[in-house]
Amino acid sequence: MDIRLPSVGAVDADHLAPGAPLVLARNVQKQFGAVKVLKGIDLAVQKGEVLCIIGPSGSGKSTFLRCINQLERIDGGALFVSGERVGFRQVGNELHELDDKAIARQRRSIGMVFQRFNLFPHLTATQNIIEGPVQVLKQPAAQARERAHALLERVGLADKRDAYPSQLSGGQQQRVAIARSLAMQPELLLFDEPTSALDPELVAEVLLVMRDLALTGMTMIVVTHELGFARDVGHRVAFMDQGQIVEMGPSQTILTEPKEARTRAFIKAVRH
Amino acid sequence: MNTDPDNLVIVPRRHYGRLIGAALVLLALVAIVHAFVVGQIEWSYVGRFLTVRSIMEGLANTIVMAVLAMVLGLALGVLFAIMRLSANPVLSTTALGYIWFFRAIPVLLQLLLWYNLALVFPTIGIPGIASWKTVDVMTPFVAALLGLGIQQGAFTAEVVRAGLLSVDQGQYEAAQTLGMTRLQLLRRIIMPQAMRVIVPPVGNEFIGMVKLTSLASVVQFAEVLHSAQSIYYANSRVIELLLVAAFWYLIVVTILSLIQGRVEAYFERGVARSPGR
Repeated sequence: MDIRLPSVGAVDADHLAPGAPLVLARNVQKQFGAVKVLKGIDLAVQKGEVLCIIGPSGSGKSTFLRCINQLERIDGGALFVSGERVGFRQVGNELHELDDKAIARQRRSIGMVFQRFNLFPHLTATQNIIEGPVQVLKQPAAQARERAHALLERVGLADKRDAYPSQLSGGQQQRVAIARSLAMQPELLLFDEPTSALDPELVAEVLLVMRDLALTGMTMIVVTHELGFARDVGHRVAFMDQGQIVEMGPSQTILTEPKEARTRAFIKAVRH
Repeated sequence: MNTDPDNLVIVPRRHYGRLIGAALVLLALVAIVHAFVVGQIEWSYVGRFLTVRSIMEGLANTIVMAVLAMVLGLALGVLFAIMRLSANPVLSTTALGYIWFFRAIPVLLQLLLWYNLALVFPTIGIPGIASWKTVDVMTPFVAALLGLGIQQGAFTAEVVRAGLLSVDQGQYEAAQTLGMTRLQLLRRIIMPQAMRVIVPPVGNEFIGMVKLTSLASVVQFAEVLHSAQSIYYANSRVIELLLVAAFWYLIVVTILSLIQGRVEAYFERGVARSPGR
C-alpha cells in the first residue's frame, strides 16, 4: 500500500533545531530470555523531527519503541529523553532502578499510539481523552473536556464525542487514540504500527491526521510499513533488521536509493 | 386457492415433542401440589407464623449478615487478588497462603473455631495498650461475620483475579503510557472492565451467602432459620416453620437476582453484543 500524501518538504536532520537531541539512544540492548532482540541501537532524534522506523517483523523496531516509554526495560546501553535517563537514576557509578511513581512521571511527556488502539472500552471518546489529564495531570474536568472536544474536532470526530469505542470504526478509534495521547501535551509521540490493524480504506484518514501532526512540529517516532508516509512525512528513515539499525538517513535517500542490499530487498518486498 | 409455485403458504414446523413434554411437566407439577395440599401440613400455621416478630427479626438478621459478610468478602477478595497478581513475592505468597487456608477449611468448622476462640485466647488486644475478654468480643454476630466474610474473601479473591486477568494487556499498557501509577490504573481502567467478568459469579456467591448464613445458627446467631427452629422447638410444627423460612429465602434470593441483572447491565456499557443475546 502506497498512499500519496502532500509532502511536508524534504527536511533532514541537518536542518532541524540544533541542540541536545530529544531522544538519544546509545548502544541500547534488550533480550527476551536467550534471544537478543536489540543488539546495540544508536540513535538521536531532534525536537520536531519525524523518524520512521521500517523493517521486517521481528527486527526489534516495536521493542525499541516500547523501551523508550518503559513498557520494556533495557538490559544494556543508555536511553535519554529530554536529557533525562530513562528508567534509572545515576548515583555515582551505579544506576538505580526508578520506582513506580518516577516511571509514571517520565511516561507523562511521552505519548504512545498502539497498533490495536487500546482505547478504554468502558469510556466514551471524550472520557477516554480526559482520563489522563484529569487523573494524572489533575486538570479540572470541565477544562479537560473542553480541550478534548477541540482535539476531537482536530482529528475530524467532533460528532463522536459520546460514542463508545465499540461504536467506532477502526480508523475512528485510532484517531481518538491519537487525540488521547495529544491531550497529555506530550513532547514526543510514539506510533507502533498505527495503521497495521486497519482495513485498507481506513488507513489514509489516520495517516492524514499524523501528517497534520507532523506539520505542527510534533516530534514523532513512527514504526510503520507505510513507505509512502515515511517518504512524504518522515524526515529520516531507519531500517532495522535482526535487532540492529542497518541503515539510516533522509527518507528520500533511504527509500529511493538505499545502499544496503537488505534495505533494497525489504523495500522491494513491501512495495509488491 | 393459490397455486403459484413461487408464492405458496409457509406452514411452520410442528413441535410435537414440546407439547408432550409440557404436558408431562404440568402433570408432575399438579401431582406435587396435590401431594402437599393433602399431606400432613397445617398451611394455616405457615400463614400465621410467616410474619411473626421473631421471624421478621431473624429475616432482618439474615439480610444484614449476608450483606456485611459479602462486603467483607469483597473487600478481602479485591485486596488479596491484587496482592496475588503483584510482582512483590511477599505479597503474592501471603495472598496464596490466605486463599489456600480459608478455602480448605469447611465454613461450619470456621464458624465454630471463631466462636470458641476464647478457649484458646482468653483475652485479646494489643499488648500494653488495650485488652478485652474474648468472650465479650466474640459475640455470635462477630463470630458469624468473621467466619462467613473471611472464607468468602478467599473465594472472591479467585473470582476477582479471573476478572483482572480477563482484561487485555493493551489496557494496562495504554494506562501506563498515560503516566498512571499501578493503583490508579487498577482503579480507573482495569477494575471497571474486570467487573463485567466479576459480577455474575459474585452475584451467584451473594445468593450462596444468603443461604450460608443459616449455618450461623450453630453459633447461636439469630438468623431466620434459627428463629424458625426456636419456634418449632416450642410448638412442634417443624415442617410448617421450615416452610416459613424457605419462603423468605425464596423472596430474598429472587430480589437479589433482579438486582444482579441491573448491576450486570451497568457494567456492560460500551460492550457491543450481538442482538441474538
